[in-house]
Amino acid sequence: MSNKLPAGLQLPQEVESAIRSVNPATTRRGFLKASGALFISAGLSATPAGRAIAQAAAASSGPYPHPDYHQLDTWIVIHPDNTATFFVGKTDGGQGTGTAFRQMMCDELDIPYASTRLVMGSTDTTPDQGGSGGSDGVEVDGWPMRYAAAEARRTLLELASARLNTPVAELSATNGTITITADPSRTITYAELLGGQRFDVMLDGRNINSTRGVADVKAVQDLRVIGQSIPRYDIPAKVDASLTFAVDVKLPGMVHARNVRPPLAGASLQNVDEASVSAMPGFVAVVREGNYLAVVFEREEQAINGARALTTQWTPPAQSPFPASQDLFTYIRSQSATSSNQATVVGDPDAAFAAAAQTVEADYDVPFQGHTAIGPAHALADPSDGQMTIYSNDMKSYGLRLGVARFLDMPEDRVRVVYMDGPQVYGRTAADDVGFEAAYLANRLGRPVRVQWMRDEETAWDTKGPAYAFKLRGALDAAGNPIAIEYDARALDYNHVGYNDPDTVLIAQLMGRRPAQPGRGGAATPSVQYGIANQRYSAHVVSLPMIWETPLRCGNLRDPNGPQVTYAFESFIDEMAAAANADPVQFRLDMIANSSEDDAFRKARSLATVQAAADAYGWETRPSPNPMQRSTSGASISSGRGIAYTYRSGTVVATIAEVEVNHDTGRVFVKRLVCAHDCGLVINPTGLQYTVECGMLHGLSRALWEEVQFDTEKVTSVDWATHPTMRHSDTPESIEVVIVNGDPNPDRPDLPHYGAGEASHKPMIAAIANAVFDATGVRLRRVPFRSARVLEALRGET
Amino acid sequence: MASFTLAVNGATHTVDVDSSTPLLYVLRNDLDLKGPRFGCGLAQCGACTVLIDGVATRSCVTPISSVSGQITTLEGLAQGGQLDPLQQAWIDEQVPQCGYCQNGQLLTARALLNTNPNPTDAEIRQGMEGVLCRCMSYYRIHSAIKRAARVSTATFIDATATGGKS
Repeated sequence: MSNKLPAGLQLPQEVESAIRSVNPATTRRGFLKASGALFISAGLSATPAGRAIAQAAAASSGPYPHPDYHQLDTWIVIHPDNTATFFVGKTDGGQGTGTAFRQMMCDELDIPYASTRLVMGSTDTTPDQGGSGGSDGVEVDGWPMRYAAAEARRTLLELASARLNTPVAELSATNGTITITADPSRTITYAELLGGQRFDVMLDGRNINSTRGVADVKAVQDLRVIGQSIPRYDIPAKVDASLTFAVDVKLPGMVHARNVRPPLAGASLQNVDEASVSAMPGFVAVVREGNYLAVVFEREEQAINGARALTTQWTPPAQSPFPASQDLFTYIRSQSATSSNQATVVGDPDAAFAAAAQTVEADYDVPFQGHTAIGPAHALADPSDGQMTIYSNDMKSYGLRLGVARFLDMPEDRVRVVYMDGPQVYGRTAADDVGFEAAYLANRLGRPVRVQWMRDEETAWDTKGPAYAFKLRGALDAAGNPIAIEYDARALDYNHVGYNDPDTVLIAQLMGRRPAQPGRGGAATPSVQYGIANQRYSAHVVSLPMIWETPLRCGNLRDPNGPQVTYAFESFIDEMAAAANADPVQFRLDMIANSSEDDAFRKARSLATVQAAADAYGWETRPSPNPMQRSTSGASISSGRGIAYTYRSGTVVATIAEVEVNHDTGRVFVKRLVCAHDCGLVINPTGLQYTVECGMLHGLSRALWEEVQFDTEKVTSVDWATHPTMRHSDTPESIEVVIVNGDPNPDRPDLPHYGAGEASHKPMIAAIANAVFDATGVRLRRVPFRSARVLEALRGET
Repeated sequence: MASFTLAVNGATHTVDVDSSTPLLYVLRNDLDLKGPRFGCGLAQCGACTVLIDGVATRSCVTPISSVSGQITTLEGLAQGGQLDPLQQAWIDEQVPQCGYCQNGQLLTARALLNTNPNPTDAEIRQGMEGVLCRCMSYYRIHSAIKRAARVSTATFIDATATGGKS
């Protein structure tokens, strides 16, 4: 083990001086072991410390023990210049959660936002909060951050009390300074009390989410930084190219690898002719184990050329791994389930259907959809000093550490993941898979190895959101009131892969590793607050013929089941409203009003949110459809509006889409979007607005464009031509986000802070489908709504 | 291997690489620039965009042997320590989410404004059409381009009003 720095990676002076300033009497390693908090910066240079993080990481040899979340010093460090650094075990995919976390901690600590910085998600320097997922960063993980900061403030007040010889009750803390309330001339700063020293305070908590000290967090009415639209700190460095992303990290001696995937799903590698590439410039190695195959070269373009040039022979699987995508829904409906949820039954649906004046029935289909990150998956792994360091944008860096340790059979504290920014991380992306591949190759070769997937690899082989086939039935009484609803979902989700599982990441599958049991998968039911007297919900999981080594691997994709389920259910609610000749907003409000209130006040907040969307849109009360074609520039166009509503965890959302449908081409243009969004206490209103906007547009892309297509041997949607996504021309002309506080109790200052990364994504497909129905009288029952499919539907061909 | 001389962001560099090497990898791996990024290698997404004599060019499919002219990467967009009005507008409008594609968005927008300083909404959509964003920051991008166009036009009018001596 050596502390010697690789050439060209000298620790920046400010980093070194910060480390020394913490405790000149101890070595950096000693300090690290004591507190778990690695100082990476002093002062507050404008840009995030991307490069400094990488450099400091390269300079610090292992092992890398877990920072102890029970130690306050793990979360917060006060610097001699009266600034603070916060360390949190979360990641930020660009939704501004980092800025939100800083605001939350600043508020509790009473320190100016500008005097702080935040370090996120690197396994050896930040406490294990699990990284990101489930849009719960603000909702769940913000609490231990707030409690830790509140305890730091309390500790500083205690120290000040002793130094100023004044009871704590007679002191006030503002802007990093403690003042004797009755004598404002007598002050002491946080730095004077603690700059460069440790708090040495232990926190309680059975797990990290319940971390807290003695101090309570502030009441909502005392919060000052929370609620401000502070600009995101990460943006300037993203527009001037100064931010070092994970994709940018370079290490001395680093080589480049590219994978060679099976050309057919489930194919077995028979033969590799290493001589076909070994004479190419920069050749380092061909690495094979089982059906996993990669080439390694000195330069990146050499690796790309080498992967293309490598001569291989593969044996196709004995049977087709999957049906062709055009036969997918027939397949899903014909298969027996691998598992079924116990049906949820309210009232007596069968009797209600028997007594109904009118029944409605409909099927809906949603294909596999992928992450298809704009930047294909990448990671750099460094095996120096008998450790394994992985530079990655994986949103679950702690899981990647544990998974790689198990995969390589290394002690967990000899593996670390240095989290850095990267392309979108909306769930279980291929960042997991490539992290393992880089670590495996680095371990085999004993050199730092950088791997990046190619476009076709990313689009074909990343994990997919499950395809669904739905059947819904509804019953109305003679007055058009809904009296029963029946929902049945079949999700093609068997062997759904988890995060960073050493037995199911792609390299493990290709090497022949298998877990004891395939993943059970899941199928979901709707999240709505509708009071209907008789209801039945059933959900089943079905399987493809081949479940291993397949590009059709299901894994979590942004709100993993929500867009599919909400599309089917909220489309069907619209169909029931149309059958009842009722206005779609009023039909929903009436059903919500018939529901029972719950502990998150979802009934009151659903009513407020649906109404807020309708008000902001200027919703005209009338039934759908209302098709009126007009001629615009020679094209026959009709317009319509549609609403969809749902909730996700504590967040309630209602979205109205206004569309124009071109009857000559089938093109659907979403002209206007209005989203009413109640996520409780808002940390950063502008940051929230933009995250809600982008979540909606991601849903728009899934509604109009995205579909994984395949024949019976391989995925055929492999790039942006064969796998289209939303483009600039699809951008709505107007997007409005209405932040709702639907709390029914006017005396309560605010509800808790709920999540916002996924809720607005969830109802988008349904809102667009309902708007198309309003505009045309034609119901779109199959996602996505590309022009050819819409044209077929308009012509009654489907 | 062959020797190639490149003019990048006002400086001259000589690299010794295979003549078919895409410009992208030379910029990233030999010149250590971080702006242009690999997205598809197929000229389909725009993440690798650079300006060559002011024209937006996909560096992932541009062999080094074919390159002549002044190359500007995102690192070179700011002039004399002043952010380009587009970069400032990107900050003011809080455009990026993850930020991976924004190199291509910014440089393509710069090329657009170079030829059309005051684009209509339709011209923005058309000019930016080939640059993809998977965080779907498009709406904010449109706002930022309009903001930058307003600022640049206002600066031009100011400069005209003072006889160009601003």
